[in-house]
Amino acid sequence: MCLAVPGKIVSVKGSNAEVDFSGVKRSVSLDLVPGAGRNDYVLVHAGFAIQLLRQDEAEETLKLFREIYGEDHGDASGPLGHTRP
Amino acid sequence: MTADRFSSPLWRDRALAASAVRRMEALAAEAASRSGGQLNFMEVCGTHTMAIAASGMRRLFPKGLRMLSGPGCPVCVTSQGDIDGVLALAAVPGAVIATFGDMMKVKGSGGLDLHSMRERGSDVRVVYSPLDAVELAAAEPSRQVIFVGVGFETTAPVVAAAVARAAKAGLRNFSSTAFFKLVPPALEMLLSDPSNKISGFMLPGHVSSVIGLEPYLFVARKYRVPCVVAGFEPLDILAAVNMLLEQVISGRPEVQDEYFRAVPAAGNPAALKLMREVFSVRDADWRAIGRVKDTGLGFSRAYARFDALKRFGIPRKAAPEPKGCLCGRILLGKAQPPDCRLFGKACTPSNAVGPCMVSSEGACAAWFKYGA
Repeated sequence: MCLAVPGKIVSVKGSNAEVDFSGVKRSVSLDLVPGAGRNDYVLVHAGFAIQLLRQDEAEETLKLFREIYGEDHGDASGPLGHTRP
Repeated sequence: MTADRFSSPLWRDRALAASAVRRMEALAAEAASRSGGQLNFMEVCGTHTMAIAASGMRRLFPKGLRMLSGPGCPVCVTSQGDIDGVLALAAVPGAVIATFGDMMKVKGSGGLDLHSMRERGSDVRVVYSPLDAVELAAAEPSRQVIFVGVGFETTAPVVAAAVARAAKAGLRNFSSTAFFKLVPPALEMLLSDPSNKISGFMLPGHVSSVIGLEPYLFVARKYRVPCVVAGFEPLDILAAVNMLLEQVISGRPEVQDEYFRAVPAAGNPAALKLMREVFSVRDADWRAIGRVKDTGLGFSRAYARFDALKRFGIPRKAAPEPKGCLCGRILLGKAQPPDCRLFGKACTPSNAVGPCMVSSEGACAAWFKYGA
């Protein structure tokens, strides 16, 4: 039930946005992510955007996967990801 | 199509996954020798349970490393008494029940569920969002529309936002239940049991998207149990397991964030603010565990008029679990679905006894559908 799906904001009208989920468009409330705007990626749960998603951080994660688990580094060590706070 | 990094097939890359599994085998062997035996990592979230089962990953985990399902399936942890409360609301004359589909087939003490209540004439509608319920209330002012609010910190802010919209619109015919549970106190509930055998937590990505990382620090600091917030793609899950293993090996438990593309350290402050305005912390009734102090959310005083149970005078009552059902022990990581003698025999998805089989993300449903 905590399923949430990433989508891209196509347009914003008031506190609602039209969000593109890989080709399927739906209206989504921006009440919980008031700063979101056109072309932003958001995580959507039950009709509400609940978080802004960062393309560069997704890219960074994929890069880390390739570095740690890529063919030449199959047994590389070192922790993945950020330790915060 | 855009260059969307979030739904890229790269998250399911076979070669990378194979390499991650090889690394897992090496790490698990080392971690087992450090910790002296069986490792039990708990995936707290039902969506992780489904992702692990559906990807066939369970078979890839090395011997000596077990993934336990935790108390993170909202329908599963909702107490029998609260389910009875929902069914009592469905019997209110003229009321419309709006609910997520997962709640339709959870049986109350009397053997009825929302699905059978609908067959008997109750107006029960499956909605995608609590906003659909608010819109329904606006469209049908002569009907009382009741939303079935269950879930964790992912869903509570969403229901809070819908209630806030209803308040703004001055709707007097909208109300909701607030059977919300909180993840950090649930972890404390598990850890404070001295017989628990949990060696690490794979923390729920979307709950963490809202609450951030700080609420989990006590797990690493007070209980010395490793924590990794994980995404839901196969590579996310494999990487998170490896990060947990590395923490076991280093002997330095901490809270790490594998899913940082969706989980900032501070979570979503706007969502938290609204959640705390509409709801306040209170005791929650957990299936098979009972009432536990300060582990859930109910309506705050300012929004108490939206509390469906109060509006229709329905008391919160305890009720016994279905006979023979191991759901409660499974939620605590103390049993696996095949340990239950009802599993796959008297209890199947089409004729479920307990909520772990009813919910599409329950541990029993996942094991039944995808096998061990």
